[in-house]
Amino acid sequence: MCLAIPAQIEKMEDKTATVVLAGSRTNVSLALVPEAKLGDWVLVHAGYALTILDPQEARETYELLAQIEVDEEEVKRASTAWTQEEKKT
Amino acid sequence: MDTTHIQLAHGGGGQLTADLISQVILPAIGGPQHSHQLTDAATLEAPHGHLAFTTDSYVVQPLEFPGGDIGKLAVCGTINDLSVVGAHPLGMSLALVIQEGFEIELLRRLLTSAGAEAKAAGAHVVTGDTKVVDRSACDGLIINSSGVGLVHPAARLGFDRVNEGDAILLSGPLGEHGLAVMSKRKGLSFSADLVSDCASIGQLTAALLEEFGPAVHFMRDPTRGGLAATLAELSVGARRDLEIVESSIPANKTVRAAAEMLGLDVLAAANEGKLVAVLEAGAAAKAIAILSKFKIARRAAVIGAVGAASDDPLVELVTTAGGRRVVQMPYGEELPRIC
Amino acid sequence: MADSSTTEQSMRDLMEQYYGRIAQLSVGLARGGRNIQIMEVCGTHTMAIARSGMRQRLPKNLRLVSGPGCPVCVTDQSYMDQAVWLADAKGFAPPIIATYGDMVRVPGRVGSLGEARARGAAIEVVYSADQAVELAQRTPGRQVVFLAVGFETTAPGTALAVMRAKAQGLDNFSCLVAHKLVLPAMRVLLSDPDLQLDAFLCPGHVSVILGYDAYAPIVEQYRRPCVVAGFDALQVAKGVVVILEQLAGGKLEATSVYPAVSAGGNAAARELLAEVFEVTDARWRAIGTIPGSGLSLRGDYAAFDAARRFSVPEMESYELPGCRCGDVICGRTLPEECKLFGRRCTPLDPVGPCMVSSEGACAAAYKYGGFRFGRASAGRGDKQP
Repeated sequence: MCLAIPAQIEKMEDKTATVVLAGSRTNVSLALVPEAKLGDWVLVHAGYALTILDPQEARETYELLAQIEVDEEEVKRASTAWTQEEKKT
Repeated sequence: MDTTHIQLAHGGGGQLTADLISQVILPAIGGPQHSHQLTDAATLEAPHGHLAFTTDSYVVQPLEFPGGDIGKLAVCGTINDLSVVGAHPLGMSLALVIQEGFEIELLRRLLTSAGAEAKAAGAHVVTGDTKVVDRSACDGLIINSSGVGLVHPAARLGFDRVNEGDAILLSGPLGEHGLAVMSKRKGLSFSADLVSDCASIGQLTAALLEEFGPAVHFMRDPTRGGLAATLAELSVGARRDLEIVESSIPANKTVRAAAEMLGLDVLAAANEGKLVAVLEAGAAAKAIAILSKFKIARRAAVIGAVGAASDDPLVELVTTAGGRRVVQMPYGEELPRIC
Repeated sequence: MADSSTTEQSMRDLMEQYYGRIAQLSVGLARGGRNIQIMEVCGTHTMAIARSGMRQRLPKNLRLVSGPGCPVCVTDQSYMDQAVWLADAKGFAPPIIATYGDMVRVPGRVGSLGEARARGAAIEVVYSADQAVELAQRTPGRQVVFLAVGFETTAPGTALAVMRAKAQGLDNFSCLVAHKLVLPAMRVLLSDPDLQLDAFLCPGHVSVILGYDAYAPIVEQYRRPCVVAGFDALQVAKGVVVILEQLAGGKLEATSVYPAVSAGGNAAARELLAEVFEVTDARWRAIGTIPGSGLSLRGDYAAFDAARRFSVPEMESYELPGCRCGDVICGRTLPEECKLFGRRCTPLDPVGPCMVSSEGACAAAYKYGGFRFGRASAGRGDKQP
């Protein structure tokens, strides 16, 4: 049960952290993963990091991450196409 | 006397009201210089052709958000409602309901933003109204805006014009407004590098009508309820099945991540500067080329097609996971969930 | 397993491979005349399955059913009535009710918390138990009651919140606790002669805490595969593949396809649970009281029990008239088979919790299913026995 997402620790202060996923941020407690370090990927549920994820495995496991990666390429493609169009006109 | 905040007397119709209008409101929105130049109703020259008329009330918290504010929102919203029926705005109104104690500087800022947006879109605010209510009656500011527009002579838009095989176009990624506003809402320990897509889409609709005229069959700006609500209404109104393809829908990665964090559906998230257009399939490629020259539509894409007539029409989504599912009309405010 | 350059295309390819393998394995199992019924015990699985349209791609003899995995859906009516009783606060100073969003619209005998809010009750939606503690800090002199529902995933958050409140001597914070444990419910379902379950797709995030070894006794005792999966279509499909492989090969075991889950789970979180809670009997909607399936505050922490602080009366357990949520959460009935579904009961005007919770089987079927009122649904692949 229950919604949880992978996100990366961006800032840490004592037992709380700011985690980020593709520019979206939320604050979480690290009380359940005391060994977490800056830059670690964690699984976040209801304000708590439940576990530390292997970054490689995180990428392989979450469709969300795969889709976000694709999206970055799409943005690049789309904005290049746009600049080209603008130059032409 | 406190001159920095709105008092009930500012809505009393006396000197304070006149001062507020002439010193704050009119300069900000770029109207006539003195309130005595205002009459009870604006008069517009009646052009030849069809007129479009629309009204909408705007409430948003917070009043200012990345990419816009309630002033810009009110102007864009009304212009967009006119635009999607193929009309160019002739004149619009802004009616303000202001909470007692509202900061005058903030009001000035919001109305300046409204005025700038109207000017950029070639629309004129020609009439308005100001009311002040006590603290319990309104949370900050409510704006009602109406607009009158002249319909493009070549526009032939409507549910009944939508045919099997027509292409469904979307002008850009979904949910930027909804999630940007949510990221600034108090009480959520959540933030996102997001900017609302709040924009006037008049130039998009005008360009499509100019190029394709009656080959454009239907247009709508997906606001509250998002793409899901717009397509559900279209399928019911046109009495036709629709099919959209998940992988072809332009997506903003930050919106996607934010929606996952909050447990919300991107298809149902609010937009304020997007266009859904249905046109003849043969025109689709060129339409995308035309739209993507505009900055606000540079990621425009064909996202699906209109299907067969049906007495009980459905919107179907071909999912990235290779399945198919129905896109339902969203059922009102979706509470962010954790479970 | 996909490589690190997983893209949308390769994700689709992988999904097709899983569908192919599922079909192949099902044919083999069908030859033995077997219909396979796999139960997921997780609302997020319910959503992922519905959202991906996966059921239409599964073979006829393979059925995925939703079990009691949505914390809102398994919460007994008596709890909702107690929550609304607290919110309405007749005869005492009204507390602020801090709750996860999903609980707001669940109907009780005198309406939902949402309706209580319309009557003037203070209901605040929070994302975490910590936020409820912060709310209590911000509103001294006003009691805050946190509605502590959910399984082993959510309970550690409640434990930490209560410990924080205790450490800070916060006397205006309390919890109405209805936390539940998954394993006892799974045992009850396996003992139900009406339910022919062949395997469990186990909840990923509960298992992050429990570890997949926790399911080994069930596999041993009942001879049913228990496979933990994550929360998107790829993970669910992969979990189904592993279950079918185990059924076909005869070597049954508790395992996981979800890398976030280890054999041992998060021991630190379980220690927190043991520190703050004790195991107790708990009432589940439709299933009734399951011995040792719930948590209650223990020792000194019991001072933070809202039921005790407000002398909340015991309330009666009952089913909502005509509502088959109870059968739905036990996998005995598909949402579409309920007479109220889509007619009297819609997400807009829900009768039962399975339609209220966005993770509920009924809401998922309504929102993402092939169902459309008055129309035979297109290819609902789970309609056979």
